[in-house]
Amino acid sequence: MASMLLNSVRRCPVSTSWAVRLGTRALGTTAPLQAQLQTKSKKTLARPGVKNIVLVEGVRTPFLLSGTTYANLMPHDLARAALQGLLNKTSLPKDAVDYIIYGIVIQEVKTSNVAREAALGAGFSDKIPAHTVTMACISSNQAMTSAVGLIAAGQCDAVVAGGAEFMSDVPIRHSRKMRKTMLALNRAKTLGQKLSLIGSIRMSHLSPELPAVAEFSTAETMGHSADRLAAAFGVSRLEQDEFALRSHTLAKKAQDDGLLEDVITFKVPGRDIVSKDNGIRPSSMEQMAKLKPAFVKPHGTVTAANSSFLTDGASAVLIMSEEKALAMGYKPKAYLRDFVYVSQDPKDQLLLGPTYSTPKVLERAGLSMSDIDVFEFHEAFAGQIMANLKAMDSDWFGQTYMGRKAKVGTPPMDKFNLWGGSLSLGHPFGATGCRLVTTVAHRLKKEGGQYGLVAACAAGGQGHAMVIEAYPQ
Amino acid sequence: HFGHRSGMLSLSRTHVSYEVKDDVAVVRMNDPNSKVNTISIQMQNEMTEVMNELWANDAVKSAVLISSKPGCFIAGADINMIQACSSAEEVTKLSQEGQKMFELVEKSPKPIVAAINGSCLGGGLEFAIACQYRIATKSKKTVLGTPEVMLGLLPGAGGTQRLPKMVGLPNAFDMMLTGRNIRADKAKKMGLVHHLVDPLGPGLKSPEQRTMDYLEEVAIQFAKGIVDKKIPLQKDKGMMQKIQDYVMSFEFVRNQIYKTVHGKVMKQSKGLYPAPLKIIECVKTGVEQGPTAGYLAESQNFGQLAMTAESSALIGLYHGQVACKKNRFGSPAKEVKTLAILGAGLMGAGIAQVTVDKGVRTILKDTTVQGLARGEEQVYKGLNDKTKKKSITSFERDSILSNLCGQLDYKGFEKVDMVIEAVFEDIKIKHAVLKEVEAVVSPHCIFASNTSALPIKDIAAASKRPDKVIGMHYFSPVDKMQLLEIITTDQTSKDTTASAVAVGLKQGKVIIVVGDGPGFYTTRCLAPVLVEAVRVLQEGADPKKLDSLTTSFGFPVGAATLVDEVGIDVAVHVAEDLGKAFGSRFGGGNVDVLKTMVELGFKGRKSGKGWYVYEPGRKIKEVNPEIGEILENYRMKANPAVSSDSDVQYRLISRFVNEAVLCLQEGILNGPLEGDIGAVFGLGFPPCLGGPFRFLDSFGADKLVAKMQQFEAVYGNQFSPCQLLLDHAKDSSKKFHK
Repeated sequence: MASMLLNSVRRCPVSTSWAVRLGTRALGTTAPLQAQLQTKSKKTLARPGVKNIVLVEGVRTPFLLSGTTYANLMPHDLARAALQGLLNKTSLPKDAVDYIIYGIVIQEVKTSNVAREAALGAGFSDKIPAHTVTMACISSNQAMTSAVGLIAAGQCDAVVAGGAEFMSDVPIRHSRKMRKTMLALNRAKTLGQKLSLIGSIRMSHLSPELPAVAEFSTAETMGHSADRLAAAFGVSRLEQDEFALRSHTLAKKAQDDGLLEDVITFKVPGRDIVSKDNGIRPSSMEQMAKLKPAFVKPHGTVTAANSSFLTDGASAVLIMSEEKALAMGYKPKAYLRDFVYVSQDPKDQLLLGPTYSTPKVLERAGLSMSDIDVFEFHEAFAGQIMANLKAMDSDWFGQTYMGRKAKVGTPPMDKFNLWGGSLSLGHPFGATGCRLVTTVAHRLKKEGGQYGLVAACAAGGQGHAMVIEAYPQ
Repeated sequence: HFGHRSGMLSLSRTHVSYEVKDDVAVVRMNDPNSKVNTISIQMQNEMTEVMNELWANDAVKSAVLISSKPGCFIAGADINMIQACSSAEEVTKLSQEGQKMFELVEKSPKPIVAAINGSCLGGGLEFAIACQYRIATKSKKTVLGTPEVMLGLLPGAGGTQRLPKMVGLPNAFDMMLTGRNIRADKAKKMGLVHHLVDPLGPGLKSPEQRTMDYLEEVAIQFAKGIVDKKIPLQKDKGMMQKIQDYVMSFEFVRNQIYKTVHGKVMKQSKGLYPAPLKIIECVKTGVEQGPTAGYLAESQNFGQLAMTAESSALIGLYHGQVACKKNRFGSPAKEVKTLAILGAGLMGAGIAQVTVDKGVRTILKDTTVQGLARGEEQVYKGLNDKTKKKSITSFERDSILSNLCGQLDYKGFEKVDMVIEAVFEDIKIKHAVLKEVEAVVSPHCIFASNTSALPIKDIAAASKRPDKVIGMHYFSPVDKMQLLEIITTDQTSKDTTASAVAVGLKQGKVIIVVGDGPGFYTTRCLAPVLVEAVRVLQEGADPKKLDSLTTSFGFPVGAATLVDEVGIDVAVHVAEDLGKAFGSRFGGGNVDVLKTMVELGFKGRKSGKGWYVYEPGRKIKEVNPEIGEILENYRMKANPAVSSDSDVQYRLISRFVNEAVLCLQEGILNGPLEGDIGAVFGLGFPPCLGGPFRFLDSFGADKLVAKMQQFEAVYGNQFSPCQLLLDHAKDSSKKFHK
């Protein structure tokens, strides 16, 4: 009953706000924009009987190149900073949420449930349960959609979701042989047993085991796969460098214009206050052309400059049912609507997630590509983005690999990642999803759009997409 | 650009075409009449023509040599071209033409980049290594090698001269003497190719096509780079390479290598194969006396080898193998998607292993947990060994194993398309499992028996649907032995046969389809050899002597060792069953010798003791000291008239051959070709003789009959030549193979 009431209440302001906006727009913008706004397939994605779930707020720590100012922290420190930032920004009472979910990829073994450690450290009530999820680069997307699920199922009304990644320190293990010896040493009872175990240690025991950003199933590093993917779709080095430059240029502009309002300032223990992402570095095409391929040598096209870099950072969002948000006096930023997860061949289609997830989520929502005003795609590699765009633009690919009648169609570039992306802002694996969703919400507001779309690829050949609807102003 | 036009001009050319991209000529090979490219007269002529045009064309600065066939660069020289020659001189001339063409390629003023995807073998490899630069795809289909030795030939177009320079003497000998295929990554390490390109996945074209285009694009880049001197043709040699080169610069070191290699070849081939020795000779001549003498030796030896009986035997086997990899019964109505195997013993688990890795769901059923665990472990170990050799990844191993389902009951058998039983060789047990199976499977399900001697019609007698009953006789170890003998009865339907052949082909087997009868074909040929071998032992030869007599005749495994491998208990079964079926003709040695051994627990390798003692980790096997006494108890007196080493060899071989011919005469065999393939791939009949039928053709049926009659006078009807053999002996124009 309550939700039905709310729906009817909400619908009213929607139409008025549209009218107002159309009115103002008509004065300042060109005709095609108007036409576009009028031809939405659906006025709203609200459905009777389905709970409206809203994004109340989204924040993130500045994303820093790993090994820089955050170097001495631990992963939960970053998550903690994001949670505190969220608390500050929302003035949320520390016991007002029902649940906390965090996403992370490279686990610090001491804080394997990083969500719990961070929540305790951030001063949340110790009565709030927390769990950690992992799904490679879409880990925080999974944290958010898990939150959406909990709310939709009526289990929770308010959930904090987030993600963190800390690449300045990764767990480097002893070799399996050494671990085995050390564990046996634990169980050894007599001095003789202990000595004989110690005596069995050889040089080969001492070589450490390094974590690699490689697929377990194929042993191929992601950069190598991206290079092959780019080659498969005939993406040139030039196209990739151009796209990377675009990302950095747009990010720089967004940063200078103060659009990245999700970034909080963070006093790093023992270091300075950081308030800006430090990986944005618009270069020139000439400079970029000088770089040698990083993975496929010497004829590859993926370089350090057209790939996302290893990043430290964390993000957090507050997700609530609309009633709860309104009851607590919040003005939500956006509705979180339909979402999908997809997965494909982890060898040859590792990074094609967006191509598969975009049409699927649009169909679910009953929207078409032209309904979307704001696109935020995760930029793992410039070559990956370009390959996805080419795949989406190919009838042959759509027919042969996706079982479609025709191509998916491509997002128009004037709506695509306009405030930079993972290539320039950085990509803390576990934290990027929340950045994408928050950015869509902010852009919808700033640009006056109604629907936004987030899409991302992830290791394991997985992918994700979500449709976000602007909250009526 | 006139690039496209130059391609258009050569309308008369069908095998080789080219187009000029910027200043790089892309030369494409594509034999329109075949799935693979071979170096034929036509290909050679067109290539020479194209090369001459490129050298004369000022707009061309470099060239890329590539095939239009995704799975094949060049599979080798056209064998028919060699077989069409009637004299060594003619073949020598062919070789010299090839040498000349590749010499021009090697001395090309414009760099030529060979872009290799798929098989690059024999003459194809010789072509590639004459080019200035080689790029290969890392695809699993990309293999490089010189398999000529397996056809009794040698690399006759400069291979014996160029390979040692390129990869060093040891590697070159290894490649040419084993003929093994080398994968792209290994080829890179050896210095056989300069650069590797990863295969691509789906893009705007099919993965295969796009990978070819990509390979071409990369090769063009490299060709330009070579012209611009940005890409060096010679890689800086590593320290190891420098040391090796230094060591090799001493003549006595090289001589030591020739000697060692020669010794190894003699030990393995018993001097029965001329090609490996000629390869050593050609390499040695080239290295020690210079290229002129080397090339001459290569072409002359190539000519001589092509005329040898060994070469035609091996080429015959090659053709036979190709023929036995086809399904002459057409495609079955229903593909086998789920296969069940009864009995997780050595055979059952072996069959499971070669089935699961082809993506077929496989149920492995046993009656005990221990038996099942052992069988599943065997499959795991077989696949894990491949992981260790890096031919599959640990992930592929795991996903392959997910196709295997081990169980103790008949759960899920209603969905099974074919059941292969590998239970104990006892007709009662076979009948029992047949009835159990028929009670649970659906009507379309085929029942195949992996029996080595029980007639299939006797097994089918208990069946409600004998048209679905067939024999599938695998050889141990199943993952190593290539042969599958399929046995059909009068009642077996054609579709059942087609399905069994299809399954066998999927398992990677070379298949012969034979008629039903005691011992079918292979076991029936083997049985008389076994009893004869026992007689030889009873007559006083020790197992080592017997082994050396058989291996020096060309059998890869000696007769005593073979019995140990097969299992003494199995040998008893076979000898007794077939003895009953065929009577005194299958007599010879006393089967009680074997029975006594079984009673004492000497069941062959699997029990640790047989004729020999087997201890894990020990390579040199010793004769089982306890069999001396057994043999003493059964001692027979040797008749000196038929007991020379050569006589013993012919006693063994003639009984084998006579039985094979009898199988053909009785219609058990479909033809001599399958007879040869079955004998060589299933029983290890000397490959240099090409199988019993080819052996008769080259040795002379009359000569063998004469020897048999000499033995017949001493031992009786065990050596009576069959009618068909007598016919061939009478008329020397009669040949089994044309």
